[in-house]
Amino acid sequence: MAIAKQEGNFRTQEFILNMGPQHPSTHGVYRAILTLDGEYVVDLENVIGYLHRGIEKLAESRTYTQFIPYTDRMDYLAGMLNNWGYVMTVEKALGLEIPERAEYIRIIVGELQRIASHLVMVASMALDMNGYTAWMYAFYDREKILDLFEMICGSRLTTSFMRVGGVPNDIPEGFLPKLEEFLKEFPKRLDDFDNVITGNEIFIKRTKGIAPIDGETALDYGLTGPNLRASGVNFDLRKVRPYSIYDRFDFEVPVGTNGDNFDRYNMRMLEMRQSLRIIRQAVDNLPEGSIMAKVPKVLRIPAGETYGHIEGAKGILGFYLVSDGGTKPYRIHVHAPSFVNLGIYPYMAKGTMLQDAIASLASIDIVLGEVDR
Amino acid sequence: MDNIFINIAGWIRDFIAGFGLSEGLVYLAMVLVKFVAVLVFVLLNVVFLVYMERRVAGFFQERLGPNRVGPQGIFQLVMDILKLLSKEDIVPAGADKLVYKTAAYVIFVPTMLVYMVIPFGKGMNVIDLNMGLFYILAVSSLTTLIIFMAGWGSRNKYSLIGGMRAVAQMVSYEIPFVFSFLGVIMLTGSLKLSTIVEAQQDVWFIVLQPIAFIIFLIAGNAEINRGPFDLPEGEQELVAGYHTEYTAGRFAMFYMAEYANLLAMAAIGTTVFLGGWHGPWLPGWLWFFIKMYILVFGQMWVRWTFPRIRIDHMMHFNWKVLLPISLANILVTGIGIKAYEMLRTMGWW
Repeated sequence: MAIAKQEGNFRTQEFILNMGPQHPSTHGVYRAILTLDGEYVVDLENVIGYLHRGIEKLAESRTYTQFIPYTDRMDYLAGMLNNWGYVMTVEKALGLEIPERAEYIRIIVGELQRIASHLVMVASMALDMNGYTAWMYAFYDREKILDLFEMICGSRLTTSFMRVGGVPNDIPEGFLPKLEEFLKEFPKRLDDFDNVITGNEIFIKRTKGIAPIDGETALDYGLTGPNLRASGVNFDLRKVRPYSIYDRFDFEVPVGTNGDNFDRYNMRMLEMRQSLRIIRQAVDNLPEGSIMAKVPKVLRIPAGETYGHIEGAKGILGFYLVSDGGTKPYRIHVHAPSFVNLGIYPYMAKGTMLQDAIASLASIDIVLGEVDR
Repeated sequence: MDNIFINIAGWIRDFIAGFGLSEGLVYLAMVLVKFVAVLVFVLLNVVFLVYMERRVAGFFQERLGPNRVGPQGIFQLVMDILKLLSKEDIVPAGADKLVYKTAAYVIFVPTMLVYMVIPFGKGMNVIDLNMGLFYILAVSSLTTLIIFMAGWGSRNKYSLIGGMRAVAQMVSYEIPFVFSFLGVIMLTGSLKLSTIVEAQQDVWFIVLQPIAFIIFLIAGNAEINRGPFDLPEGEQELVAGYHTEYTAGRFAMFYMAEYANLLAMAAIGTTVFLGGWHGPWLPGWLWFFIKMYILVFGQMWVRWTFPRIRIDHMMHFNWKVLLPISLANILVTGIGIKAYEMLRTMGWW
């Protein structure tokens, strides 16, 4: 594939560079085969599957409850949201009504998880341009969120917090004051972050206008979530098809214009502030009451198929559930946003410089656990 | 206090002369002694600089940095180097062995050559060359060649890209780097470093040549491959750039050379722009040391704040921004000198 070119007396040749699966900025065990013309990327090929664990197949030999811990091992940066997407689908199939307090707790932890996931994205975006300090800043705040998770469910990363019918634990003592503290501190921290990286001359020069995706192309490639909204398509499941109790909350959906790396980055920054608004309202209106619906000891879903989806941190996270009436799913398929979003990466990388191609990969925010499943 | 090191050198000189050697041999022996002294000084500073960089980075990033080995973690690098020396030494299959190995051995040489002419205090240099500044510019650009040797010899595509970037970057930034000194040379009329420092008795050249100083800082940063200009080793895209394939002791050489270069750049800046050993109350060599470390801290601050610049932006910035500004600075300096002379001859100054 490497093409030799003759320019005057000077003969140049494209060369192939293998990037990954072991490479500092592939966000896991992703591999790309790059064809380079000097510093320019001529072609890029995605190679995935290094982290394939067959989670969808494993589901077929687990009961509906047993599968919950597997979900947060897909997108391990947004475990709560993955739990939520799955249990919501099962609840939909069972036709369960969830107690109000449980819904509010889910909203609080879900939006905290969204912030945590977006923090990793903006941090790795900065890090992929060598902004080490910004990276540390973001991870410092993410630690605070993980501390909150530890309080509420005992684990920090793979939370497995939600159950079919509600949540297993009520909010523990001391959680709300700590959350208040976080809600007060975090906007200032975001301002700091804006100062150190968003407003940085070099950062802006390196992201504005790089790898633009127009709305049409984004839809063609099936992008969802912040990546789609960065391209100017206003589509957020929380607004257009409200699930849970999102219709009770007052928040805005930030929409970008150019769909370039900067917009994709900025979507996350703006969404974090909106998530804070949602958490604020949820904490203020938190009702008393039960946290678990009446659920039968053994879950049996009537034969048929169900599709449930939520607005995950990285895009639309969908679970397609086929049941044959037994205690175990007949088939589960996950619509994983990272996997779909990764599809557009070769399109984005072509024609950009090697350094920008790396930043573009960070800008679509993939998690390899979810890509390979 | 001011002459403490000169006095020590004098005693050693008397001691060697006591053996009844000829004048030339004593001179040679003294150069050797001074060389060793500077080498020890540089290596001790490198050990401290690595530690300092990690602590400074920790300070900027709201964490602690190394604080376990020795008081406040000061011996961290000693342990790191010991660890590196005990590691397996790997030469990649298919590497150009001679070039690959030589690069690691000679990476320190240009840096040490630079230190040979730096006046650390009044009369405190190994050799006071007549064309010291020119000599510095000449030997410091040798680093480019060695980095390219490392990139080429490794036979690794990442290393090769790193080496190529190093050549493009360092050769380009050499030009504004040299031009930033021209104003100073015009003002003093000498390339001799001790003369340049003497000329800053009343006013430092940072006051007379502020633009040149800023150009020096930027181009100097690019010359020593530190962030935001660390493209040749750009971790995120090139793993470790030209030294990707180096392990063990050879890697340690590259690692330490980076900091030796950083210190050299600060020493040059102190000599040329910050008045070298001049300063009130404290002894001259201490002033030199303090100014040098202020510059080093500035470099670290920049490195831990900015993201990495892109290669084409870097070239544009060099050729379209730095170079015209440095040329304009030379022009303005020339006009200024002439105007000053005219005013003097007319007796208005």
